[in-house]
Amino acid sequence: MADSTVSPPVAVRAERFGVLRRLFGAPLGAIAAIVVMAFALAAIAAPWLAPYDPNAIAPVNRMQGPSGAHWLGTDQLGRDLLSRIIHGTRTALYVAFAGTGGALAVGMAMGMAAGLGGKVLDSVLVLFNDSIKALPLVLFALALVTIYGASMVTLISVIAVSMAPGYFRVVRNQVMVLNNADFIVAAQSMGASRLRLAVTHMLPNLIGPILVLIAMDIPAVIGIESGLSFLGQGIQPPQSSWGNMLAEGYTYVRQAPHIAVAAGLPIVVSTIAFTFLGEALRDALDPRSGGRS
Amino acid sequence: MNNLVREPILSLDDVSITYPGAPAPAVRGVTLDVAQGETLGLVGESGSGKSSLAAAIIGLLPDGSQIGGTVRFEGRDLAHMPARTLRALRGTEIATIAQDPFTALNPIMRIGRQLDEFQHWRGDLNRAERRARATDMLAQVGLSDPEVRMTQYPHQMSGGILQRIAIAAALLAEPKLLIADEPTTALDATTEAQILGIMADAKARVRGATVFITHDISVVERLCDRVAVLYAGELVESGTVAQVLEAPKHPYTQALLACDPARIGKPTRSLPTIPGTVPAPDNLPQGCVFAPRCPVAIECCETIRPKLESAGPGRRAACHLVNT
Repeated sequence: MADSTVSPPVAVRAERFGVLRRLFGAPLGAIAAIVVMAFALAAIAAPWLAPYDPNAIAPVNRMQGPSGAHWLGTDQLGRDLLSRIIHGTRTALYVAFAGTGGALAVGMAMGMAAGLGGKVLDSVLVLFNDSIKALPLVLFALALVTIYGASMVTLISVIAVSMAPGYFRVVRNQVMVLNNADFIVAAQSMGASRLRLAVTHMLPNLIGPILVLIAMDIPAVIGIESGLSFLGQGIQPPQSSWGNMLAEGYTYVRQAPHIAVAAGLPIVVSTIAFTFLGEALRDALDPRSGGRS
Repeated sequence: MNNLVREPILSLDDVSITYPGAPAPAVRGVTLDVAQGETLGLVGESGSGKSSLAAAIIGLLPDGSQIGGTVRFEGRDLAHMPARTLRALRGTEIATIAQDPFTALNPIMRIGRQLDEFQHWRGDLNRAERRARATDMLAQVGLSDPEVRMTQYPHQMSGGILQRIAIAAALLAEPKLLIADEPTTALDATTEAQILGIMADAKARVRGATVFITHDISVVERLCDRVAVLYAGELVESGTVAQVLEAPKHPYTQALLACDPARIGKPTRSLPTIPGTVPAPDNLPQGCVFAPRCPVAIECCETIRPKLESAGPGRRAACHLVNT
């Protein structure tokens, strides 16, 4: 027999945590994962972590630089910037996860239907998704905001609709490839039904590419949320968002540049961290790529 | 009872297969029987239609394919039964072993889970019992450490081990008909010999019959009782292995045997080949499909298509030179 001789218990145990082990085995992946977890922690524990009420106005302390009392300084109304950024993290990640979650649900349902259904359904769904993709995102968002008003719900809906075609495309293509995969045919030849094929054989094969797409989409969604909030079409003041904080800081950039820097930095750091996490996940999730030597 | 036993497990009558969008049928007029306890070798070159026949038997031709004639399994017509009924036969009474073990198993699912999944018809067993059966079967196909194999992924194993697992998966169904589609083609020669050994054990265990699809005459000689030779989508000769390999009647079978390296006695610089190529299904010669390449073709071969007719006890051939 040509296979390597293995000492069973060790091999089995190591394999069980293979994905996480490979993810943290890559230095960039480990750093990105830690940064992302820090942002997630900040979002979840914002009320307890923030040293001040993010909306407490103190005009006496306005536009102060970083100090022992206010680590990142204060804004034009004397609000503590660190507290506002921590609460802004909560806003950003809430919008990011709700938006991508919605996009994933809609895109995946359409992708599965297109891949497993007939040719007509597939053509209709492809046309529909390509039409959405053809819309310029900002124009589309501004149109919806004009109709429904600027709010978090509108923002999440815009993101869900405009991101759905990405998931549709990935799921559809993956299902089409899997339709002809030998192991799917083999499962069919053993009597598996369409539902069984979809749920037990196809879905697990979709998780990898989808997780990667989510991790890659989240920075884009953070950018959209910040961008629209910066334009005043997203999260409305006084609720703190990195985007509207950046817009406020931009007004006072000559007198108090630290406001804009404090608001811009988390946008940059979080997008980079999510992107690297996505790439590391992509490498770690493929069991074929992590050959045991 | 007596005539029930004689009833063939699998009976193809004038079967033709047309793929969707294809101008002409890929398989034409194939008639053959596989009896209880028998192993049939289906031999032919690439494109001779042997895999199409297998797909037609298990009902997994692409959507829109047309099957003419009848494919009877224990008297039931597979080609015209509802998809649901046919699906219930797959994995229970009919099991298949795929050609390439590297791609026939789900790459991201542990072996144990897959073997459990394949037994989804066995609602009478709980998960632990199904896994125990699977582990047991892995041991029976000669795998060491079956418990470890159950927890591994396909990429952690070699082709020979994967093919044993595929054989075990098929045997778990306890099928009445086992179809093996070139199970050794993707493997190296040493592993092939081992797998053929396992296959010999496996087919002994099958309650009904085995159909072995191959292009390798020596595999047929080693494993099969009867052989059916396909050429360009038509059955040209069938009979017992001993008869056909000993004294082939059809010129194509004769040529095929002459090309088998195992049968060439004296040293030679070049292996013999059959001149010409297999005709495309939409550009067939008017007469015998083999006539353009046939070394002994006579005038009527060019114009009249020979019928598959009896050529001695238990054998048939489609050739004017045999039947006249």
